[in-house]
Amino acid sequence: MTAEITPIKTAAESGLAAAFAALRGRLPDGAVAARREAAFRRFEAQGLPHRRVEEWKYTDLRVLMRDAKPLAGAPDAGARARAKAAGGVFAMIGARRVVFVDGAFAPELSDLAALEPGLKISSLADALSRGDPPPLPPLRAGEGRETERLAAAGPAAGDVAYELNTAFMGDGAIVEVGAGAEIARPLHLVFFYGAQRSAAVFSRSLVIVGAGAGLTLLESHEGPDGVDYQVNTALDLVVGDGGRLNRIKVNAEGGEALHLATLSATIGAKANVSDFAFLTGGLVVRNQLFVRCAGAGTTLALGGASLLKGRQHGDTTLLVDHAAGGCEGRELFKSVLDGASRGVFQGKIIVRPGAQKTDSRMMTRALLLSEDAEADNKPELEIFADDVQCGHGATSGALDENLKFYLMARGIPEKEAEALLIQSFVGEAIEMVPHEGVRDVLMAATLRWLGGRP
Amino acid sequence: MSLPRRRRAKKEAYVSLLEIKNLTVKVDGREILKGLDLVMDRGEVHAIMGPNGSGKSTLAHVLSGKPGYEVTAGEVKFEGRDLLELAPDERAARGIFLAFQYPLEIPGVATMTFLRTAINAQRKARGEAELSTPEFMKRVREHAARLSIDQELLRRPVNVGFSGGEKKRNEILQMALLEPKLAVLDETDSGLDIDALKVVADGVNRLRSPQRAVLVITHYQRLLNHIVPDVVHVLANGRIVRTGGSELALELEAKGYAPYQDEAA
Ligand SMILES: Nc1ncnc2c1ncn2[C@@H]1O[C@H](COP(=O)(O)OP(=O)(O)O)[C@@H](O)[C@H]1O
Ligand SMILES: [Mg+2]
Repeated sequence: MTAEITPIKTAAESGLAAAFAALRGRLPDGAVAARREAAFRRFEAQGLPHRRVEEWKYTDLRVLMRDAKPLAGAPDAGARARAKAAGGVFAMIGARRVVFVDGAFAPELSDLAALEPGLKISSLADALSRGDPPPLPPLRAGEGRETERLAAAGPAAGDVAYELNTAFMGDGAIVEVGAGAEIARPLHLVFFYGAQRSAAVFSRSLVIVGAGAGLTLLESHEGPDGVDYQVNTALDLVVGDGGRLNRIKVNAEGGEALHLATLSATIGAKANVSDFAFLTGGLVVRNQLFVRCAGAGTTLALGGASLLKGRQHGDTTLLVDHAAGGCEGRELFKSVLDGASRGVFQGKIIVRPGAQKTDSRMMTRALLLSEDAEADNKPELEIFADDVQCGHGATSGALDENLKFYLMARGIPEKEAEALLIQSFVGEAIEMVPHEGVRDVLMAATLRWLGGRP
Repeated sequence: MSLPRRRRAKKEAYVSLLEIKNLTVKVDGREILKGLDLVMDRGEVHAIMGPNGSGKSTLAHVLSGKPGYEVTAGEVKFEGRDLLELAPDERAARGIFLAFQYPLEIPGVATMTFLRTAINAQRKARGEAELSTPEFMKRVREHAARLSIDQELLRRPVNVGFSGGEKKRNEILQMALLEPKLAVLDETDSGLDIDALKVVADGVNRLRSPQRAVLVITHYQRLLNHIVPDVVHVLANGRIVRTGGSELALELEAKGYAPYQDEAA
């Protein structure tokens, strides 16, 4: 007799199992089907993460994800019509738009005309329907198989949200920038949830920036308030040697949405990569960044600003893995927490043996605007090389009353004084974004958020 | 020096700019001001001198509305209206300006943004139109030049990386732009070399007019060589213990505060 402990499944876990069974029945066998199956088994083995799982300790999905929504169907005409205005936050940038409605690529809303030389854009659903495994190019010449393996099992492999994404991935963008191609016009991936009913969307994108190539990637996520839809979105990113990628993600999901996002990035040598996440939307949000610096001499800047109120829960979880030496990493995350909101930051920096001369610094600051707001912070350093400079710092506190008085003593009313101080607090993080127009967009979004404060 | 007050008593409609009666203030449960009286009129410059810890900054803070001070007795009237019920920004809009003894650094807020926000907030509160950008720039440039403040400094965040003297001159720049009816200068002279002291004093003297009053709080007499006061008060142990003309400052310089501290104890 074998004693087998079967944990009681939550409604969400049962729902996911049923949804996967239904999905599996509709798909042809093949390499992708096997990958989905393996990913779902890895999810099932651990179930939804809860507070006793260290990486998810502040974001207990067993509690926060009450049920699994049905997979979103094809968007209706109304959703497609509303999607025209989606991503408007970046309107002034003049980016090339690639639009997804309820998770599905919407070519008629996208701008794929006259692609710059070296730029290729296609849809994941197309690749999947052809049975193609997503393309994975070498980081450097002559390294094909190895990097393919590396990127295929990117740094996010094994994470529950990412495994679920692999099991259910429906559509997304496949973007390739050929070696040496500098794409001047930013590319904007617009993700719009347009359904009026609750559903789940699993989008998966792949961005490959070839050696010496450059791209500015904008990403926006939005949807209606009052619909408790669920988004699980993942981006596999490969940046080749000497490549440049600046990514700016704006999360303006609807007020009831659950949004789980994963970046799984592998970066070559002497590259320059920045990622900035601006969060105001959603009810439960987890933005996880898994970044592996696989080549030496790379510059990495990760940042974010989360502006939360009401009962919003915003979790930023970061893993920077320095597998090669001589890389510089800068992480700065700020959160402004009003109402009964909760901001979570977990950051881990790993420096592998031999990754000498790593210079990696992580800073997180929370500004609490209300007594009911809460900030949790968990930094970790795992250093296996001796000649490195690594550090982390964290602050958390209310607005400085003396500064507020100084401003008010000059005639600035209380709310305006607070707004100025909050703006300057958030501004320090936004300064990390290399694109000036995008910095303006984010400052304007900050002002709009401040304008909505009671 | 009591002459102006007697003249006032005959004219019933006359209202002083600032009238402080029996002001009693506690900080952290400790009484710091113990029944302070002070009357100031338009056009006058008063100096308050006193030893460290006598309550000079406390008075300045209570006038500008800083939180944390408990007024347990007395009243403060500004142009005949109760001042203590107003928030700091309302007091500023009514024309009260405090040059801080320790100006604060505000990272991330450019000095220009700060100045413009302050001016326009006050104008709005008074029902006046906002200053146009060229007019604002013109005023800032003129006043900054007179105060030997480099334009480059104005592009930096407020007071961040400023020297002690630059911070004090920045306070005077704000005063010049905001054109208050009552300017309270809390030890603006401390930490200034003689050249900076003259620049600051010139700035204050330019503001002097029959419509405005200045309250100069200082520990030393030397600033009063450049800003000659009409009235000098000695503050010791939370009360005005002596009032006189500008010659009183010289006497204090020579004899020190020891006699007053004994007297009040
Ligand atoms: N925030 C405070 N908490 C407690 N005591 C204070 C505070 N501010 C001032 N005091 C005390 O009040 C007294 C007067 O201080 P202050 O007004 O700053 O004096 P001055 O400016 O004349 O040097 C001092 O004894 C000082 O220690
Ligand atoms: Mg003082």
